[in-house]
Amino acid sequence: MTDFKMPSLGADMEAGTLVEWRKKPGDLLQPGDIIAEVDTQKGLIEIEVFEGGILDKYLIEVGDKVPVGTPMASLRPEGTTGVPAKEVKEQVHPIQEKEKPEEAQATEHSEKVNIPSKEKLSEEKSFKDKPSEETSSEEKLSEEKHRIKISPLARTIAEKNRLDLSGITGTGEGGAIIKADVEKAMAAKKEEKHEETLEKKIEEQVPERPVKEQKTTEPAAAGISPQESIRKAVAAAMSLSNREIPHYYLEKRIDMLKALTWLKETNQQREISARLMPAVLFIKAVAKAIDSAPALNAVWENGLQLKNEINIGFVVSLRSGGILVPAIKNADLKSTDEIMISLNDIIPRARAMRLRSSELSESTITLTSLGENGADKVFGVIYPPQVAIVGFGSIIDEPVVQKGMLAFRPVVHVTLAGDHRATDGLTGSRFLEALNNHLQNPETL
Amino acid sequence: MTREQIRSDIFELLKKTAPETDPTRLGPDENIREALNIDSFDALQFLVAINEKMGIDIPEEDYGKTTTLKSLTDYLELRSKAGN
Repeated sequence: MTDFKMPSLGADMEAGTLVEWRKKPGDLLQPGDIIAEVDTQKGLIEIEVFEGGILDKYLIEVGDKVPVGTPMASLRPEGTTGVPAKEVKEQVHPIQEKEKPEEAQATEHSEKVNIPSKEKLSEEKSFKDKPSEETSSEEKLSEEKHRIKISPLARTIAEKNRLDLSGITGTGEGGAIIKADVEKAMAAKKEEKHEETLEKKIEEQVPERPVKEQKTTEPAAAGISPQESIRKAVAAAMSLSNREIPHYYLEKRIDMLKALTWLKETNQQREISARLMPAVLFIKAVAKAIDSAPALNAVWENGLQLKNEINIGFVVSLRSGGILVPAIKNADLKSTDEIMISLNDIIPRARAMRLRSSELSESTITLTSLGENGADKVFGVIYPPQVAIVGFGSIIDEPVVQKGMLAFRPVVHVTLAGDHRATDGLTGSRFLEALNNHLQNPETL
Repeated sequence: MTREQIRSDIFELLKKTAPETDPTRLGPDENIREALNIDSFDALQFLVAINEKMGIDIPEEDYGKTTTLKSLTDYLELRSKAGN
């Protein structure tokens, strides 16, 4: 049995709010499957699992905001059956202090338990349309609430333990439910596992539950706009970088005549939707140049840790301000066409703030490209825990001396910001030289 | 396709590209990308969208003719009259 935990989507992420489960207990999960959708400073993120198994139980509920590293669900190996609830209880990790009493119960819940409360539902509606049946069941539930006669003390205890009231026979005055009835019902519930009834009962109780947490830092709840929240995320990551990473900077001017000529020729034969952008060549050339300087494709976490996969974080600026850096995974193994397809997929999703967890957490080096008509050079700030960022300015015409002659050529100024704890200028210089060589041979990219 | 239709299609697609802007306020000779803050990727996607909506595939060498509202409308009008 393993726990699936709230992943970190970067050095700047502290917590995430569960918005929706995409898998239910009993479902078989393959690595890469999307298990849940989580609201973060970087938008609504689809969370993937990294190991296979069967989803055993949910450990948090829709609407819960939990810190990075908090167990969200337990998984068991394929081919095994669920362990008895008692054993599971012992394995459950504390999530939030205030949740402890509910947690033991949570092990017996199935997916329906995680129906959001009214407040949470209305928050969710701002994200997307919810099926109308939920609204109607919600109405039904509040009717239910008013019919039951119960003492305030008993109600408090029942609510705390998420006990169904409709199934309890009251022994108090006029058939009202009193404390003793609630305690009796709780004892009975512990002994027997009424999965189905429990689902129904708890569902009915949801509107009665107190709002667990005022999400003061959560965008939708606190009235913080996505722009503000993304600004905060960028601020946190960049401040950390500036505080901790001793940057060194190198620059190389690269002649783009061959690359642009090749691009023009290949694009002439393509329909507009299949045409390549210069950024595609930059991405592929960076991925290939890492061969000459593998230490730049790494993270700094208690020392330098080289990465085998080359996942290029591509800086996407959002129209409303701020940036997101989704990864183009295994860029060295992708053809230029495949990289363009990746960009067509990832850029619009980044702009809509709808990325997947692995896309935000698995970059091994960052690339920023200003595109046309922008500044000539960009000196990047490394995104921790990475150790390098490569910056491409706009392609511009400049006088270039070649074989003793002066000529005008399209050039791009490429910069490298490196983490001086991890590498030295010599490594960076070797990388830029290799990058130049690759861009002089665009047909081999 | 009339000039009016072309203009309304351009506005519609620009609005999709830059939702927070009002493309109808563009001056005829204003640089569209600069005025609406459209980057290289979105500029390409805008031309792809024009292709999908109007069936006109703009070759790369003609991109320069699509920079302002007036030049883009002229260009698309010409191309649509040419049966494209």
